[in-house]
Amino acid sequence: MTPQSNLTLMAPIAAGRDTSLRSLLASMNRQPGEVDSLNSLLPFARFEDLHFARLVILDDQTTGDIAVYGQPPPSYPLYLAFLADFDGSYDEFLTQLVEHAGTGLRSIFSHCEGFNETTDIRAWMKDRECPPAAAYVNWIGRTAKQCRQEARLRTALVDYLAKAPDLLDQPAVQLHAQLREYAWKNGLMPEPEPKTPIRWWISNKLHAVLMAPILLLGLLLWTPVLLLVLRSRENSDPVIAPPPNPALAKKLADIEDHGFTNQFSAMGSLKPGVFRRWTTVLLLAAINYSTRHIYNKGALARVHSIHFARWIFIDNKKRMLFASNYDGSLESYMDDFINKVAFGLNVVFSNGIGYPSTRWLVLDGAKDEQKFKHFIRRHEFATEVWYNAHAGLSANDMRRNAAIRRQLEMERLNDGQAREWAALL
Amino acid sequence: MSRVDYSDVQGLLRFGYTRLTDARLYLMRIRDQAAARAWLASAPVSTAEAMSPPPTRALQVAFTASGLRSLGVREPIVASFSPEFVNGMVGERNRSHRLGDTGDNDPSKWLWGGPKDRIDLLVILLAAPGEMARWQQQVCNADWSRAFEGEVLNTSDLNGREPFGFIDGISQPELDWEGRRDTSQDQLDYTNLVALGEFVLGYLNEYGKYSERPLLDPDDEGADTLLPSQDDPGKRDLGRHGTYLVLRQLEQDVTGFWNFVNRQNGSNPSGKALAEALVGRRLDDGSPLVPLSADAIEGIPAAAGEPGNRFTYREDAEGLRCPFGAHIRRANPRNSDFPGRPSGIISRTLTMLGAGAPGFHDDLIASTRFHRLLRRGREYGRPGQDPGPAGLHFVCLNASISRQFEFVQNAWIVSGKFNGLPDESDPLLGAPEGRFSIPREGKCPARVAGIPRFITVRGGAYFFLPGIRAIRYFARAV
Repeated sequence: MTPQSNLTLMAPIAAGRDTSLRSLLASMNRQPGEVDSLNSLLPFARFEDLHFARLVILDDQTTGDIAVYGQPPPSYPLYLAFLADFDGSYDEFLTQLVEHAGTGLRSIFSHCEGFNETTDIRAWMKDRECPPAAAYVNWIGRTAKQCRQEARLRTALVDYLAKAPDLLDQPAVQLHAQLREYAWKNGLMPEPEPKTPIRWWISNKLHAVLMAPILLLGLLLWTPVLLLVLRSRENSDPVIAPPPNPALAKKLADIEDHGFTNQFSAMGSLKPGVFRRWTTVLLLAAINYSTRHIYNKGALARVHSIHFARWIFIDNKKRMLFASNYDGSLESYMDDFINKVAFGLNVVFSNGIGYPSTRWLVLDGAKDEQKFKHFIRRHEFATEVWYNAHAGLSANDMRRNAAIRRQLEMERLNDGQAREWAALL
Repeated sequence: MSRVDYSDVQGLLRFGYTRLTDARLYLMRIRDQAAARAWLASAPVSTAEAMSPPPTRALQVAFTASGLRSLGVREPIVASFSPEFVNGMVGERNRSHRLGDTGDNDPSKWLWGGPKDRIDLLVILLAAPGEMARWQQQVCNADWSRAFEGEVLNTSDLNGREPFGFIDGISQPELDWEGRRDTSQDQLDYTNLVALGEFVLGYLNEYGKYSERPLLDPDDEGADTLLPSQDDPGKRDLGRHGTYLVLRQLEQDVTGFWNFVNRQNGSNPSGKALAEALVGRRLDDGSPLVPLSADAIEGIPAAAGEPGNRFTYREDAEGLRCPFGAHIRRANPRNSDFPGRPSGIISRTLTMLGAGAPGFHDDLIASTRFHRLLRRGREYGRPGQDPGPAGLHFVCLNASISRQFEFVQNAWIVSGKFNGLPDESDPLLGAPEGRFSIPREGKCPARVAGIPRFITVRGGAYFFLPGIRAIRYFARAV
């Protein structure tokens, strides 16, 4: 298996250069929300290992919120973020990027601080890499190439079935045998899975084994502090969740729902003080552990609709950026979260200023549906450029297609397996 | 004694008025503000009070955002209604995309309600047979003629069946007028009894919260005639006892529908059997394709004679009796908060953490209770007798257009990915060149392809159906 990696670059935009950067980024789109996947600056579609990418200016609307704690709004730099999710290692992908899109990237990064014509772009990018505190991958090891080949396989099988009425009524076991033969004969079977890189395998196992006791100990030690401090703060922390500003809402609406999968970028400030900061650090480490070792096969707890997501600390852990790629509309995405994983949202985002009041960290919070949705939309901002290599394919589609392929590789299925397999077609 | 003041609620929220078979929907523009206010001030709007004998006439009034502005309601108050209502059903690309209003459904092709058409209010007249002429004369008085201009959508009584021939409106949520529901607990079972606040603004919804609505300062002119807000007693609740009304004219190609299902052959079912699979109910008596549940379902009377609402899909997890994509299974999936009914604290925690969904289709659908619609539509046309267009004036009521109507329309009806299906939207309301999978025991699913567009949207708008006090407030205007 080839595990995915991500690139998470944060670079302050040079003073006075943001307008020009915005129009440059806009030139990569056919229309707002719809990228030209072969645009001349960064022809995303040429990178066959790439799943998702975005270029986004971190327009935090909410830096002033800290005033509710009696603190003056800090002046943070305005960042450009470049995020990408891909198969294989960071270094290999960076090499490809620089090789195939070096010129375009140079003209984008020339709007950032510390970049000029002579800058070594590779070193510059590496310097600005800002690894996420937690990252989620829908299915660890499912490569972009595999997704394409498995989708092609399923389509071909279904088309073949539609033209072969005598096959349709075959019992599942026979159907499996015949479709298997058809797929092999016609070269439809996806390439076999490559070997798992040994270094990744070892470090992943070590992480699984070593981090567990550390996290448990951390949570154990932190719990009494939580209990002591949290309840009083939960009751007094102010909630900031007014209805969304119509102008921002319109801008966001314009770039949503161009296809079935959507992007989401949001940021906000952590509640001031050491307590909230370390609570967030600890909980994100726990979430990262769970996404690496538990929720790595098609669902984040009960939510099946997220392809990739990440939580990134910036400005010395004073602010956090959350970015995700999800299926369906924002409304259904938020409903999914509220109804299925409110506890998971609460543990992280309740450390952000203005979040709807929680009880004992996990209760209420997002369950205040209207306030939560207002909070979310208020912290969201427009993603300038967004690329999805899998337009039209939901995470569930990929799960189904992979299951069809896996079973088709088996020489023979028993009746129960074959029935389950046939139902997926 | 109910906790709700029915005299402040428009009757449509409580009654379907099925005996009042003659219905006219007036889509009006305000020509003269003063006359419009005068008409509103004395309009005999029907309330939700039970009457004995039952009424033979009813009048309901609802407004668009432009209607509120035309009446002189100040902009900040208009802006404090929900964004979907303020923006309207048309005019935003992404909303049209989500609602499936593209291609032949594109609002620019609508008969009414399109981007260039201004509609201010909807006036619904209902009457028992033979009563309409006099009722209309009484309602459409001199003030009316000066106040409004517009058009009327006529309806026809098809004996409770929609134009394709199926009994319509069998499944309706039961509104919890008495406040019996405890929404603080997770729901392990499908319930048809729904918190009042899902349909009536100013009451607790399924989250145990109050949905967004305009709350006025008591010092605002005229606000003293409104009831105080339940959750913020310092404010006056303009939304109280009101709701949002969604109206869509859905034209049905009756000949096309029956020709298509009758033409199918090969492994696929055809004719009536296919029509029933697409709908999810039987043509003759409206009973569902899945068997009725032996157990009671909260909010569904076990009374004999009801055509069949006491069921869920729990026993049909593979869709063998009712295909996953059947219209009624999409429009109301009848699930609960968790898959697999985990009743113990440990099993529920495990389910919550994601261990409760072993099958491919398990747990892909949002919990139904947050996405219910109260339907009050009326048919039009005379299929089989009259070659003219036939269809449904779809009317539904909900407290949150985005979480209820738009969610159902988008995530369940239009979406090609509903319940993990492979790119097939609703067989009746979905896009043309549609597909429909029919799961079969021990075989691959049968697949109906090339489904044409049977139903075309011909008009639509979002309205606010106010409480009676709010109507009087608008009449005095501000």
